Amino acid sequence: MLIKARINDEWREADVWPGASLLFFLRETLGLVGSKNACEQGECGSCSVWLDGELVCSCLVLAAQAHGHEVRTVEALATDDRLHPVQEAFIQTGAVQCGFCTPGLIVAVADLLEHDPRPSETIIREALAGNLCRCTGYAKIIDAVKIAAGRMQK
Amino acid sequence: MVISHALGARIKRREDPRLITGRAIYVDDLNFAGMVHVAIVRSPHAHATIRSIDTTAARRAPGVVAVWTGEDVKARCGPLPVGPRIKEMKAPKRFPLVIDGVVRHVGDPVAAVVATTMDAARDASDLVEVDYEPLPSVQDPEAALEPGAPILHQDLGTNVCFRMTYGGGNVEEAFAGADVVVKTRIVQQRLIPAAMETRGVVAQYKGGELTVWTSTQIPHVVKTTLAETVRLPEHEIHVIAPEVGGGFGSKLDVYGEEGLVAALALALGRPVKWIESRRENFIATIHGRGQIDYVELAAHHDGTVAGLRVRAIADLGAYSQLLTPGVPTNTGLMCCGCYRIPNAHAEVIGVFTNRTPTDAYRGAGRPEATFLIERAMDLLAAELKMDPVEVRRKNFIPPAAFPYKTPTGAVYDSGNYERALDKALERADYRALRDEQAKLRKQGRYLGIGIATYVEITGLGAVAGLSGGNWESATVRVEPTGKVTVLTGTSPHGQGEETTFAQIVSDRLGVPVEDVVVLHGDTRAVPHGVGTFGSRTTPVGGSAVYVAAEKVKDKAVQIAAHLLEAAPADISTDGARFTVRGSPERSVEFKDVARMAYKAYKLPAGMEPGLDVTHFFVPKERVFPFGTHLCVVEVDPDTGEVTFRRYIAVDDCGNILNPLLVAGQIHGGIVQGLAQAIYEGVTYDDEGQLLTGTFAEYVVPQATDVPAFELDHTVTPSPHNPLGAKGVGEAGTIGATPAVVNAILDALAPFGVKDLQMPITPRRVWEALEGNSASR
Ligand code: FES
Ligand code: FES
Repeated sequence: MLIKARINDEWREADVWPGASLLFFLRETLGLVGSKNACEQGECGSCSVWLDGELVCSCLVLAAQAHGHEVRTVEALATDDRLHPVQEAFIQTGAVQCGFCTPGLIVAVADLLEHDPRPSETIIREALAGNLCRCTGYAKIIDAVKIAAGRMQK
Repeated sequence: MVISHALGARIKRREDPRLITGRAIYVDDLNFAGMVHVAIVRSPHAHATIRSIDTTAARRAPGVVAVWTGEDVKARCGPLPVGPRIKEMKAPKRFPLVIDGVVRHVGDPVAAVVATTMDAARDASDLVEVDYEPLPSVQDPEAALEPGAPILHQDLGTNVCFRMTYGGGNVEEAFAGADVVVKTRIVQQRLIPAAMETRGVVAQYKGGELTVWTSTQIPHVVKTTLAETVRLPEHEIHVIAPEVGGGFGSKLDVYGEEGLVAALALALGRPVKWIESRRENFIATIHGRGQIDYVELAAHHDGTVAGLRVRAIADLGAYSQLLTPGVPTNTGLMCCGCYRIPNAHAEVIGVFTNRTPTDAYRGAGRPEATFLIERAMDLLAAELKMDPVEVRRKNFIPPAAFPYKTPTGAVYDSGNYERALDKALERADYRALRDEQAKLRKQGRYLGIGIATYVEITGLGAVAGLSGGNWESATVRVEPTGKVTVLTGTSPHGQGEETTFAQIVSDRLGVPVEDVVVLHGDTRAVPHGVGTFGSRTTPVGGSAVYVAAEKVKDKAVQIAAHLLEAAPADISTDGARFTVRGSPERSVEFKDVARMAYKAYKLPAGMEPGLDVTHFFVPKERVFPFGTHLCVVEVDPDTGEVTFRRYIAVDDCGNILNPLLVAGQIHGGIVQGLAQAIYEGVTYDDEGQLLTGTFAEYVVPQATDVPAFELDHTVTPSPHNPLGAKGVGEAGTIGATPAVVNAILDALAPFGVKDLQMPITPRRVWEALEGNSASR
């Protein structure tokens, strides 16, 4: 079926089979490989994107559900080589190791800070509970969220 | 060694910009025109004979290009490596698909379906009809040792892969003369490494060259061994480890799929891709741990340990992978821990079972060793009514005793175990914690303080199963413009050596870190290498970079001296320029020296052109990081819930090249270690079906599950490498499991609970307390 969606501010259209996930559509059809596939079961958050401004696991959403809608992915966060404050903070605290969970986490953190500009540590941990990271033990990711929150206030 | 502006500095990772923007390319991100996709048909049985395989329907399915079974593999592939070849080891051959008509674990690969899309391949794989005749299976390694147990490999005639013994002194006498003996049986449950990126392979044969992109920790080893598996001359094979999304030992292997995809690319003449699903990752990628340890510790009334006896039974799973036997043998080698134990004996038995093969997983045998000795020390303390700290102090190997040889044969390089312990106790305010614990107990609240002091071994690699030895290679190439390219034979996949190795070069040559680029993971770019595992990358790979950079510097100084018409001994340098001492006006810039090295018309007599050195670094000996982890928990006796109050880690990894990265390694390590203590554990049913097959059942910790960490260090440089570094990739995991378990059992001491099976879930705590409720 033909899917037409506004992806990172640009209307894109392509043919996919009706069962295809939004993650498949982004990665395999459109070549936006920043969102990662680590479980295909909604259990890890590596595929997090925004669908009409709402955080979703794109592996659980059908491409068809995005038809006529707005999707934003990790690729949209840095503009003209200017990093998003969340990205800056991840570098600063050393919150990245293998990087496979990172795009999903960056999206999830950016989403959290849009809704709650000054989250407590407990809220941060709860908000990120859907994003598995096997490398970092989360400590530096949490530091990064706090730093990014501080910067985005200014 | 002097830690300079570059070495030891908290420098941000140079890998990050590509990773945080989603621009990094992992295997699954590769796509080529005409590429076909592989789905693998795997055994649903733990043990069965294959009566027949019917591929007719699958071949006819839309988009299908080929269907392979063991017959095709037999015709086209040689065996996969099995190692390391330890004494009298019996190991079956393994191939990319089962070729002998017997499947031996759920997930054993039986057939491969290739189609134009992934979905078509997966759909068609359901159409492959395999007629199995189930055989009795054996799940438990102790049961597999029993006479009459089902035998996995008939040609071997036994389920025993190997038996090894370690030890020295007179253990019988030590036990006979001891005042107390404590005993325990420890089940090291199986763990799933669960790197966030599953495995994946893409292969393409073009212009007489086979290129294989694989998510691996050891691209050079894969290249060498693939030559035999796909029967191609090695110099026609090019292996690339692109961005790799975590390994933890699970990608320290040569897997069937690497041979299979390569062989398919050769046969089909098209690019071929296989990406492991998460479900496959849980049954077809190696598991970690899987050991049953019988431990006996003999001691005198004053707490002095007289002897140690260990019998370790290792659940190898169905096959020996690349390094499988090397894991439990590490346990035998390292079981004396930080203690002077004059008499010790360890027997290690490797046993085949009808389960997914086990192999190295973060720590690889050392977590098991540390756990058994640290639990035994706590049991001894309880038996003697001594403080666990005092029992440890009493038995530590003193600093003056290094190098120290354990009765099991390890030669510890350097250490000061008491210093690390003291630092942890001080930071925790141990006395105050004990007082608080006593006070809270009176209120019916149960605080537990767990201590683990560990020593581990790094810089491994000299094992016969690997094509490489215990060395690592590095090339430091100063380009004619003065910029520097470093090639390392290690294969980082999250550890950050693009940053730390640039720091080493910057430190040696004085060039800015930004002027150095570090390449790895490509066998055409990097001449040879061993890989990243066993916490060896910094002490072995980093030392190779260090020495290569030193040699480059020596040559640069000679060229500069020649250009300035001075003696090399009179040249000083700040990195940017070389100057004749005492005559600041006589100087030449680093980049001009580099240019002249290649222009080559004004070189010292007999000197080769170029400013490019390759060095293979061979460490003199292994190195032994150590430390103390201290964990404070509170256990709710009504729910069995464990809450972390504090986690303190004092690690000594020798000199620290970049504190930012070291902290990240320790954090991640601790979380994997504490996860074994309370969250993670593979379970199978009696038929050998995996019951923990998704992230919903297999609990990888989330951000809400882990405490904040308090890190500190002592620094005892290793004498065995020029960096004085010891490696830090696994230390956190090794220290954490016993620290957490000791803490929980310390909390439960008033209830008379002495041991609990990991993972110590609330249910297990609650059940133990029910059983002991009389003592409340
Ligand atoms: S890939 Fe979507 S949640 Fe894991
Ligand atoms: S950085 Fe590797 S999984 Fe998070």
